[in-house]
Amino acid sequence: MKGMTIIVKNISSFVKVLIFLFGIYIILFGHLTPGGGFAGGVIVASSYVLLMLAYGREFAEENLSLPTTSRLDCVGALLFAAIALFGLFYGATGFFWNFIHQKELWGQPLKLLSAGTIPLSNISIGIKVGSSLFLVILILSSFRLETSASEKE
Amino acid sequence: MPYALCFLLFMIGLYCAVVKKNMVKIVIGILIMEYAVNLFLIMLGFRWGGRAPIVTAEDISGGSLSKLFINSSVDPLPQALVLTAIVISLGSLALMISICIRTYERYGTFDITQIRRLKG
Amino acid sequence: MTIPLPVFVAVPLVTAFLLPLFGKKGKAAATVLANLATLLLLVSAITLIGQSRAYEMGKWSIPLGINLVLDGLSCLLLLAISVVSCAAMLFSVRYMERYTAKSKYLSLFMLMVAGMNGVVLSGDIFNLFVFLEIASLSSYALVGFGCEHEELEASFKYMVLGSIASSFVLFGVALVYGNTGSLNMAYISQAISRTGITTGLGFALGLFVTGFGLKAALVPFHAWLPDAHPSAPAPISAMLSGVLIKALGVYALCRMVFNVFGVTVPIGWVLMVLGLLSMVGGAFLALGQWDIKRLMAYSSISQIGYVVLGIGLGGLILANDGNVAWASLAILGGLFHLVNHAVYKSLLFLTSGSLEMSTGTRELKQMGGLAEKMPVTRTTATIASASIAGIPPFSGFWSKLILVIAAVQASFYWVAAVIVFVSLCTLIMYLKVQRYAFLGELPENLQEVKENKGTMAIAMVSLACLCVLMGLLLIPSLRESILEPAVTVLTDGMRYSTNIINM
Repeated sequence: MKGMTIIVKNISSFVKVLIFLFGIYIILFGHLTPGGGFAGGVIVASSYVLLMLAYGREFAEENLSLPTTSRLDCVGALLFAAIALFGLFYGATGFFWNFIHQKELWGQPLKLLSAGTIPLSNISIGIKVGSSLFLVILILSSFRLETSASEKE
Repeated sequence: MPYALCFLLFMIGLYCAVVKKNMVKIVIGILIMEYAVNLFLIMLGFRWGGRAPIVTAEDISGGSLSKLFINSSVDPLPQALVLTAIVISLGSLALMISICIRTYERYGTFDITQIRRLKG
Repeated sequence: MTIPLPVFVAVPLVTAFLLPLFGKKGKAAATVLANLATLLLLVSAITLIGQSRAYEMGKWSIPLGINLVLDGLSCLLLLAISVVSCAAMLFSVRYMERYTAKSKYLSLFMLMVAGMNGVVLSGDIFNLFVFLEIASLSSYALVGFGCEHEELEASFKYMVLGSIASSFVLFGVALVYGNTGSLNMAYISQAISRTGITTGLGFALGLFVTGFGLKAALVPFHAWLPDAHPSAPAPISAMLSGVLIKALGVYALCRMVFNVFGVTVPIGWVLMVLGLLSMVGGAFLALGQWDIKRLMAYSSISQIGYVVLGIGLGGLILANDGNVAWASLAILGGLFHLVNHAVYKSLLFLTSGSLEMSTGTRELKQMGGLAEKMPVTRTTATIASASIAGIPPFSGFWSKLILVIAAVQASFYWVAAVIVFVSLCTLIMYLKVQRYAFLGELPENLQEVKENKGTMAIAMVSLACLCVLMGLLLIPSLRESILEPAVTVLTDGMRYSTNIINM
């Protein structure tokens, strides 16, 4: 897929960083304002999609290649499972137990460092959703549409 | 009354998914059905004169939420359900579109009356 | 030590996300890991026999949090899922060598197992919907796995109908939440027993019956099954036909109708009529098929009709305040048939996969005389066919006998006659398979077929042994520990909610 004109390339190279930063803001503040893992992850993926639209698919693929995205995806999911399993081991209580909040970092409400494991879960879900969406769009855009010759008759 | 309109939208989506012959139109019909269900779920949490359930500094009195906040905010549970349902339908849409693309590669057409190799 | 319930969902999910990290070079390691995971699930399921508890996620107490519930019915289905998934995974070690994306296949398989375990263990209706979607999405992808013409067409049909069914289920969940104000099954059933079934709730029940009935392939909604099950690779057909339509369709229907809404006379009649239609329709449509897997898919529809008929009969007797012993006998017949069918139908699909791998075709007219060349496949296929047709020492005979006795005792004589008639049809169709595939003459192009050895043979032989031994589940001591708790969950429907709230 080819890229676009030079005006679009210049502006999007500036704007995509802002979109990425905005996505990270939505993920990190997920326990205080609306948003959280899913919505923030979609915004992060859309910054990479902007890169792909403006510069062409091959450039985006060199930037964040297919095996890397696939591994990021798995790592995000495994991080989420690890956070859930820690609740099981730490004091032998429940799955998904908010162990940080109850034991150690007793932050104040409405500050960034409160609510225990919830920001960590948000970050891992953000990584996973972002890389999954980008992987889907990368793979779907690399189909070469050649219909099989025998069906054309 | 708004619930009846949601149900009407659901029926329109069902009609589209059942009657149309183009594969992409069937996928759009299923998408309309899922939108209608998400809309219905959100409308369930509504309360007249309610405000968004976001906690700010003035809603906390003495370490717990103030009663005014609890009595006047909209129900947040359907919003969480809808978030999950939107993500699920996103995954399902991605799978459906990729199957449509692959089927076009193999059969050369999007018309489901001509994709009928499996009979009987 | 007691195993915490989220292990059944967490182990397959973690395995599913670890497997793609192995890449192309670690394919053998990935296969070994996947097999170990299913074996671990089987061992954990066996240690849970006879227990019943609820597990609250994150220690949030019940109306605020999500809980996982294990009772007799869940335990029975967990055992069935673990056994069939273990056998299918062993079989697919050699069968899937001809597909290139094997690590993706393994991780999709583990996702499907995670979804089914979650449906069976969930105590909360939205959680049930989410796991239903996980299992359904992975099965849509697995049906179209090798991207040939027919597989894609079958996968598209399955996906469209399955998505419509899931939308119906979500609409039903939304209606139930709007009318009762809670998502937890125990609290919903208490609210419904206080207010009775209003129009909104009645409509929600209709939506649930449609949605789950489509997942279970009951007759007005069966159109996807004869295309989807043959086109899938053989171990996936075994999983789909063996456990997916039961865990997602029949189990969810039972849970909703018996434990949450409460059985009434109209629902009992609806279930019985759907069961009868499926039995008869599936059997007649199967008799004319020449493709071996399509014939088995139609016979799946017919056997699920038996299960739903038994459960509907029990529900009707309970709703009419009849004799509880007759109702529990009917439900015992239905549930025992469910477990039996899981074992022998998956064995039948595995043998058809072995046949297809050796001969390269699925048409019965092109096969013949394979009895000497493939002895293991032939013996296991004969055992499975005898089971499904209801020949005496095998397990299928006992469950059909219980269903006939229950129908006669409740004075539904015409139902008993239909059951016997459909059993005869099943016998005819499997005799057809035996005669065309194994007896007769060997055509010239099949002179060099060889038996499939190794893990495929181990999987088939172990399932065949189970087929023979399942008849022993009716011995009183085994029956009381495995089958009776499942039956009491359904006959004493309303006690589910009091048990959960008091735990």
